[in-house]
Amino acid sequence: MVRSIMMLLLCQLAGTVVQEGTGLPIPGPVMGLVLLLGLLIWRGGPSQSLHDTAGGFLKYLGLLFVPAGVGVVTELQVLKANALAIAVAIPVSTILGLVVTGVLMQRLLRGKADA
Amino acid sequence: MHSILPLPFFHVWSYLQTQPLMGLTATLCTWELACFIDIKAGHKPITNPTFLSITLLACALLVTGTPYSAYFNGAQYVHFLLGPATVALAIPMYANRHSIKKHFVPIFISLTTGSIVAAVSAMLIARALGAPHDVLVSLGPKSVTTPIAMAVAQNLGGQPPLTAVFVMITGVFGAIICTGVFWLVRVKDWRAQGLAAGTAAHGLATARMILINETAGAYGGVAIGLNGIITSIMLPLLVNIFGF
Repeated sequence: MVRSIMMLLLCQLAGTVVQEGTGLPIPGPVMGLVLLLGLLIWRGGPSQSLHDTAGGFLKYLGLLFVPAGVGVVTELQVLKANALAIAVAIPVSTILGLVVTGVLMQRLLRGKADA
Repeated sequence: MHSILPLPFFHVWSYLQTQPLMGLTATLCTWELACFIDIKAGHKPITNPTFLSITLLACALLVTGTPYSAYFNGAQYVHFLLGPATVALAIPMYANRHSIKKHFVPIFISLTTGSIVAAVSAMLIARALGAPHDVLVSLGPKSVTTPIAMAVAQNLGGQPPLTAVFVMITGVFGAIICTGVFWLVRVKDWRAQGLAAGTAAHGLATARMILINETAGAYGGVAIGLNGIITSIMLPLLVNIFGF
């Protein structure tokens, strides 16, 4: 398990180094994701331990968003001043995004089974 | 308020506010409580544990007058794990690599279109309702995962903490309504559901899809990564075109 966590952190670190070094707008962890995916394709799949560790992280993904979300308390004034704009823009645009992506994807995939 | 409390209690309270222990413990306890409520309520969308935890903790901070920085002093250890968790999304992506490779063109078209529609509609609506420039550009990247969204907002002259809040609201809202929306517009394909959830409402809606179906979760993971990359590149162009 320690080795698997080390692997995830090394990928994130390498991704962050590349991002800071090149000034690309793609954040370090995303670059780390691409790097790990490349490694898995090259080396032929994750070990059982990496598979389980990653599963553990993803199972608690919802928990990991909590600290940033509680940051809402620091932005109450801006939120209050723009309450109507935010209360309409976020729900409407999120529904539009869900519908457009989902319907388009389903149309384009029609009749195509998984590989 | 504290002056009426006995002195030793006040002393202990002040001491704890300077330590990471309380923020971390509070986060995990609240999460367990939220999960317990969610299970008891039968996994209702509105009892989403992330949404419940944030609401409970935010209320607790406001009621006790605890500054966010004192809370984050401990909660940062949980927050830090978002990085390795983002990297860990490579594992479900790898497991579904054949399906994703085969359908790369539909994925790319649907995701790019959905991503642009979500970002532009949000900024157009907010502008029509009188939101200022810094709120608009903080709103643009709301559909992508927190670390990416904050970096994009910063580059566009927005306010990263505000973006983090918008990302949260979007994610919580998306996680609550996604299954209902898919039912309404008859999107039944797990791949389309996962991709849409990850594109419109990042990891939070994906976290919900992972619990429902593994394939949907994998497509959600793909959408988070790809949408992060696409939004970082497209949003500055869109902001220029529409003059936000």
